[in-house]
Amino acid sequence: MAELSEFPIEVHEAASAPASTQNVVPLLHEIRHALTKLLQSDESTTIDLLSIPMTDADLQALEEALGNGEIDTTITALGTSRIRETRYPGVWLIEHYNVADSLMAKFIEVTRLPEILKADPRDIDAGLQRLSEQLSNNEPDETD
Amino acid sequence: MTSVELLHWARGPGLQISVAIFVLGMVFRVAQNYFIGRDKNLAEPRGTQFGPGMQTIVRRSFFHPGMNYRGYFTLIAGYAFHLGFLITLFFFSQHIDLFRGILGFGWPALPASVIELSAVVGIAGLVAVMVHRIFDPVRRFLSDFQDYFTWLVTLLPLATGYMLIHRIGLPFTEMLALHILSFELLLVVAPFTKLSHMVTIFTSRWYNGAIAGYKGVQS
Amino acid sequence: MPKDLTLGEHLRRQGISRRGFLKFCAATASMMAMPPGMIPVVAAALEKARRPSVVYLSFQECTGCLESLTRSHSPSVEGLIFDAISLDYQHTLQACAGHFAEHIREEIIKQHPGEYLVLVDGSIPLKDGGQYSTIAGMTNLAILEETAAHAAAVISIGTCASFGGIPKAHPNPTGAVPVTDIVKNKPVINVPGCPPIPTVITGVLAHYLTFGTIPELDDFGRPLAFYGDTIHDRCYRRPFYDQGKFAKTFDDEGARKGWCLFELGCKGPTTYNACATTKWNQGTSFPIESGHPCLGCSEPDFWDAGSFYEALSAPAADVSKWAGAAIAAGAVAGAGIGLKSMRKRKEAAQAHDPVTVDDLKT
Repeated sequence: MAELSEFPIEVHEAASAPASTQNVVPLLHEIRHALTKLLQSDESTTIDLLSIPMTDADLQALEEALGNGEIDTTITALGTSRIRETRYPGVWLIEHYNVADSLMAKFIEVTRLPEILKADPRDIDAGLQRLSEQLSNNEPDETD
Repeated sequence: MTSVELLHWARGPGLQISVAIFVLGMVFRVAQNYFIGRDKNLAEPRGTQFGPGMQTIVRRSFFHPGMNYRGYFTLIAGYAFHLGFLITLFFFSQHIDLFRGILGFGWPALPASVIELSAVVGIAGLVAVMVHRIFDPVRRFLSDFQDYFTWLVTLLPLATGYMLIHRIGLPFTEMLALHILSFELLLVVAPFTKLSHMVTIFTSRWYNGAIAGYKGVQS
Repeated sequence: MPKDLTLGEHLRRQGISRRGFLKFCAATASMMAMPPGMIPVVAAALEKARRPSVVYLSFQECTGCLESLTRSHSPSVEGLIFDAISLDYQHTLQACAGHFAEHIREEIIKQHPGEYLVLVDGSIPLKDGGQYSTIAGMTNLAILEETAAHAAAVISIGTCASFGGIPKAHPNPTGAVPVTDIVKNKPVINVPGCPPIPTVITGVLAHYLTFGTIPELDDFGRPLAFYGDTIHDRCYRRPFYDQGKFAKTFDDEGARKGWCLFELGCKGPTTYNACATTKWNQGTSFPIESGHPCLGCSEPDFWDAGSFYEALSAPAADVSKWAGAAIAAGAVAGAGIGLKSMRKRKEAAQAHDPVTVDDLKT
């Protein structure tokens, strides 16, 4: 039987990339508007990028327009999440991946600090208990 | 009946029925005209009939001096509407799909921008002649129900088509159904109203040319 | 798993942190096509939500809908939605069979009247007493009537349950009908598609979990959040449609350049679904992105709406035959009436009595 690699397969590259949806510039204006609102009334804005029809090229153009800022961090909870501040302070790019590493949600958040980065009191409490337990377990070792 | 069922009906049974009525009615008209026959012309022929008849069909589609006796308005608006309507009908890519589905063959389409223009020109021409008809006292006096009805039936396919492409008014499904139904109404109405001129104009032109040809003069 | 825990407590017990939960809520809101401003509301509601019991009934179907749903079940956010419900009856997935399985369904009806959700996959045959599809000796009709009578709501999964689908296609040998023809006194949500997009199924479940209500529906009972726009409205090839650039065959220049597939039969303009934004296979693509026209599978009677490969503007039935018959009939009728008129005229001429001088004298 013929191997798969023996079949003559011709691959034609698409002549041109899918057309741009022209959504990048209006989005940047929306971000500018959100930043003004954040400064004036401390009001945060979130934009769901997956709800806006955009080609991969559009998304890339948007990311290039926003650039990289001072913070680039990863959360590991139910898969990874990447939180980046862009070159415009207060504008964050948030990507949530699942355990299989496929993108589930992508937002632009215009805020001082994304809510998800803050530690939650219930998690702090659970952590405090773990630390206390660990310390009380370790104490006998130190007195030895 | 839901919008989906309406569209399905329009693309299927509705189209079958309306095309059948149109074709039957038009063939009936032409056949009847032919078989009624004419009285035998006892005069000696001074020329042929067929050739001059065909020539007249073609020649009368073009402008010639003397046509402007009704004024340039009717002339320009009339040409604008007819050309706009026919170009939109026969050279819009998606309409050619329809003809291909019925006739079994198609032809090259014109670019969407040209169709856009032809549709707008067609609609503008129709609106202009109606305004003229309403505001001109003589025309208004001479107009009856059929004049207004056939105007509306002709305008509807153009207007709904334009609205469909530009997403004005209803959602696509409903609008496409209305567009197809409006065209089907035109097909059904045509053989029984003055709109039958879309076919019978050719028979009457041919007879005119043939009579003149028999006499050996140009029509 | 105890059923009296709230979803928030349940997730924390599984060691999922608040950040994980917030991420879950953000992805859920995005999946439900909600404005991001709703994320805190979703978080507060899901925190307190209780896990409903779910009965999943399979009737005249191909199990494609269930495949769609379970294939998406990677250890992900969608998976968490399934942790958030208690799927108690699904005869393809459950371990037990026969009387035990049916017993579970009866128990749910008895124990949680008015609280459990019914998911239906497949159409219901009515012809000849509904004998074309039975489970444990009961017709689909009897099972649906019995189970839906005490349900909180019914969700029709897929086009067969929503609109009758392929079993109902012409000539509909089993007399198949959709759920809405049978369940009249309960809210029914239609989630059509052949199959439906898994995230849309989970999105509808998430909406019910979050708010305990039925989402806003369109005229066909479909949630507007997912079925509010046509494929065409959200299609990245839409600019080509507007420019009148169409692929004419599957391998011409237009097809290679990614032009609009309308003339290859794309039903995108008349099809309401979320494929163009939600996409398939973990967001890889959707049919049009793979170069294939939309079949319109989330619309009623899509199977009978003419060829998949004929443009929407082309006839959906054989018009040529009718036109041919009309030509013949028109010619015969026209000739007949024309000849009759001619004969009448000749007869009139023959019957004509010439006036003579004698006639004038009297």
